[in-house]
Amino acid sequence: MPLATNHRLEFVLRLADNCLILSQRLGEWCGHGPELEEDMALTNIALDLNGQAQNWLEYVSELEGEQRTPDTFAFLRDAAEFRNCLLLEQPNRDYAYTIVRQFYFDTWHSLLLTGLLDSTDERIRAISEKSLKEVRYHLRHSSGWVIRLGDGTEESNRRIQKAIDDLWGYTGELCTPDVVDETLCAERIGPDLSTIRTNWLTAVHDVLTEATLRVPESSWMHTGGKQGIHTEALGYLLAEMQFLQRAYPQAQW
Amino acid sequence: MVTYMNTSLPSLEEIWAWLDSVSDPEIPILSVVDLGIVRNVRWIEENPDFTTEQTSPRVNETSVIDGGLRRPRAQRTRRSEPTLLVTVTPTYSGCPAMAVIKNDIQRALHQRGIDRVRLDTQLSPAWTTDWMTERGRKRLREYGIAPPAPCEHGHTPNTERSGKAGPNAERQTTLVPCPRCGSSDTRLVSRFGSTPCKAFYICNSCLEPFDHFKCH
Repeated sequence: MPLATNHRLEFVLRLADNCLILSQRLGEWCGHGPELEEDMALTNIALDLNGQAQNWLEYVSELEGEQRTPDTFAFLRDAAEFRNCLLLEQPNRDYAYTIVRQFYFDTWHSLLLTGLLDSTDERIRAISEKSLKEVRYHLRHSSGWVIRLGDGTEESNRRIQKAIDDLWGYTGELCTPDVVDETLCAERIGPDLSTIRTNWLTAVHDVLTEATLRVPESSWMHTGGKQGIHTEALGYLLAEMQFLQRAYPQAQW
Repeated sequence: MVTYMNTSLPSLEEIWAWLDSVSDPEIPILSVVDLGIVRNVRWIEENPDFTTEQTSPRVNETSVIDGGLRRPRAQRTRRSEPTLLVTVTPTYSGCPAMAVIKNDIQRALHQRGIDRVRLDTQLSPAWTTDWMTERGRKRLREYGIAPPAPCEHGHTPNTERSGKAGPNAERQTTLVPCPRCGSSDTRLVSRFGSTPCKAFYICNSCLEPFDHFKCH
């Protein structure tokens, strides 16, 4: 089944890249957090996601026949070869944007991984089981901050509402299936994204309501990340993440 | 004593005792056995083609950039010899201590004369703090770290899943007694701490800050 194998590889690569790119974004906060505890929180979450990316990329590497290592995937691919959703590459901007991006993703990520616990692919099941325990903890952190900022001061409410509205257009892609998602769902390797979409909307609605925030109504959504068509933000991120391997090829430490 | 081709091999009991002398690099009063990350130890007969004895979902050793080409695994052995297979499971996916722990396990076993050691990583079932030994919990408390409370097997209940639990979820769902004075009147300062496995608390009674080994 060469076609199915490719779809499986593509699907796992998306999981890996979501974790890797968000991890790199969160790492940018190291030493710049609004308070010490948040500096530690974001870098700890980044570390978990980096480890998850490593686990997924090990599998991608094996599916591809071990032609490339996980490090090669991380450091020697160009933007068009990355398969992360556009939400994850969006710049940190202020803490409200960082938290909202995290909250949208954590909610989706925990639902997706829960769905993957039923995957017919044993390896996907194992990595999902491991990741899910960490991601549920991330979700408690990010949803807690959405509530604190939303139901906080006038200023914090205004700013997080803006982040909620601005990043909303990047959430559609998470639950919009393409041929890869549909094939894997049919083979019971991947979950049904329409169910996840329903549950995601409910979960997000609940938290935003408690946070006294408005759920955006716009239905226009950006797409392309899963197919390798990215926003310009990704190029800058990769320039920093890959600098060392590009400047000093095969450097080791 | 187990014999293999007229050679005496150390018993598994002895090996477990040796592993119990390997410390966690971040929390040196805990051994890797206390942590519950050593899942299995056994002697295998390793074949040159390396096709046997693969455990379920395993992850290869940490890779390094090697020009984009992975070195073939089969080079590691030429003829069938008794090899000690140690299966470990990571605490957190990205915990950097895992690489050190694996090196330390290798070194400890080499020092005891076991030349052929293979370390496999197993992800499922996922590590839980419920696998920590009672002795480990006691040692943590004496060291000033609040040990993890027993967590439910399986997954976090849905009541804790969403933001409904709010930013103070831990205070409502988990009681973390102070490891110094024993008071249960403590508060969470930071969900994330100095290592992936710890959160940061303060005791309202004795006012001492302390680490809590998170339930996981």
